[in-house]
Amino acid sequence: MERVILHSDINSFYANVECLYHPEIRNLPVAVGGNPEKRHGIILAKNQKAKEAGVKTGEALWQARQKCPNLVVMPPNYELYLRFSRLARKIYNRYSNQVEPFGLDESWFDVTNSVKLYGSGEEIAQKVSQDIQNELGITVSIGVSWNKIFAKFGSDYKKPNAITVITRDNYKKIIWAQEVGDLLYIGRSTKKKLMKYGIYTIGQLAQTSPDFLVLQLGKMGMVLWRFANGLDDSPVKPFDEQYNGNERILKSIGNSITTPRDLKDLKDVKFIIYMLTESVAMRLRETGCYCLTVAIHVRNKELESFTRQMKLSKPSDLTKEIAEAAIVLFENNYDFSSDIRSMGVRVTDLVPDSTPIQLDVFGNEEIRMRQARLDDAVDDLRKRFGNLAVRRAVTIGDQMSCLDPKKEHVIHPIGYF
Amino acid sequence: MVIKKFVQVVARFQEDGKMIPLQVLWEDGRVFEIDRVLDMRPGVSMKVGGQGIRYTCRIQNKEVCLYYEEPKWFVESKEK
Repeated sequence: MERVILHSDINSFYANVECLYHPEIRNLPVAVGGNPEKRHGIILAKNQKAKEAGVKTGEALWQARQKCPNLVVMPPNYELYLRFSRLARKIYNRYSNQVEPFGLDESWFDVTNSVKLYGSGEEIAQKVSQDIQNELGITVSIGVSWNKIFAKFGSDYKKPNAITVITRDNYKKIIWAQEVGDLLYIGRSTKKKLMKYGIYTIGQLAQTSPDFLVLQLGKMGMVLWRFANGLDDSPVKPFDEQYNGNERILKSIGNSITTPRDLKDLKDVKFIIYMLTESVAMRLRETGCYCLTVAIHVRNKELESFTRQMKLSKPSDLTKEIAEAAIVLFENNYDFSSDIRSMGVRVTDLVPDSTPIQLDVFGNEEIRMRQARLDDAVDDLRKRFGNLAVRRAVTIGDQMSCLDPKKEHVIHPIGYF
Repeated sequence: MVIKKFVQVVARFQEDGKMIPLQVLWEDGRVFEIDRVLDMRPGVSMKVGGQGIRYTCRIQNKEVCLYYEEPKWFVESKEK
């Protein structure tokens, strides 16, 4: 039986929730933006009016104000958005037990087995859309199709408050005519490559020989070809309501921060790395994993960024080892040609912490064990008295020392694979 | 103008966890008995901006919407 998959995308999620809670600004152009003083001053979301004025997500607040002088900028209220996200998921759960969230505002749900109960995919989409509007006061765009990729495409196709059904009869007309960059997982650089070979639309991509795409793009070539032809058969991964967001199969744990001021020297960088690693390592220990690989992300003032990663000699969850690896990575790869604006630390290749570790004659395992006990004790103190209760000396005496990445950690969309 | 007014509520918790409001205590000391809960479902108040469980109640022969927006209760009030 053909699958029926819906993808629901809440329209201008943050901005519309703010509009709901502030009736007085509902008819004005509204954007949700970060705090410029903390240098998070970009547009996170905007409502329809602001969109019409040309305000774009991701641009700086001052740029947006130039285009739209009467723009109302609201500070973000993540707890509220998380609550709405959870409530929306609950509504999807009425029609299917297979709901896969993709970030806070998007979800797939597989209603193949509910069609007999609630009517066709389109009818279910209408019901969901009605429920969301009545109960949450916000609107959604829903795409209905037989695979996840086309369902997502459908939800992006018409906005706001719309339902797009993509069937085997109309997909060539609707999807194939669109620009190749609109397909999930075709970003700037893939698009450039494809355009070099005269592939401008999704239809052209679909009709290109998959062998040629594999030759040019590696294994992603095959994936994209399957996406374009509607052959994607990845299941909607059921999601447990009890868990919070991203606790499916963890692939990596990371934190990053745009610092309140530029980082000028190694001392600043060390300080930020330690601060981020404290949070990352603590989360790593909470999930009961060791990591094998440490990666850093650096972005400078000119907004150029790079990522570097390295393997650890032994699986580890020690703050000290992870931080030292991150510092080594940084020292080997950056020369302070420009000041740094934002940094991230991430650990991947996670293995359960019950994995046996190969000891060696010269490695000082006793010190590592003591270190682990120290980390445990610190974790315990932090759980009882807050994340800033125990701190490293490097992180004291700086205006940035009050940053708490663990507490401010919010869940963002994770990869499709 | 309609404003979002948070109010004190006396409620009964049933065995199944359902919560039924019984009285609304106004700030000036008046007590409004809820004669009957006509409807309860998740809902939004577009007028004052809020989202929660909406209890449509009959109070003194008038239909009033009482919202439970965790963890507070509010009504759409006309008073200043």
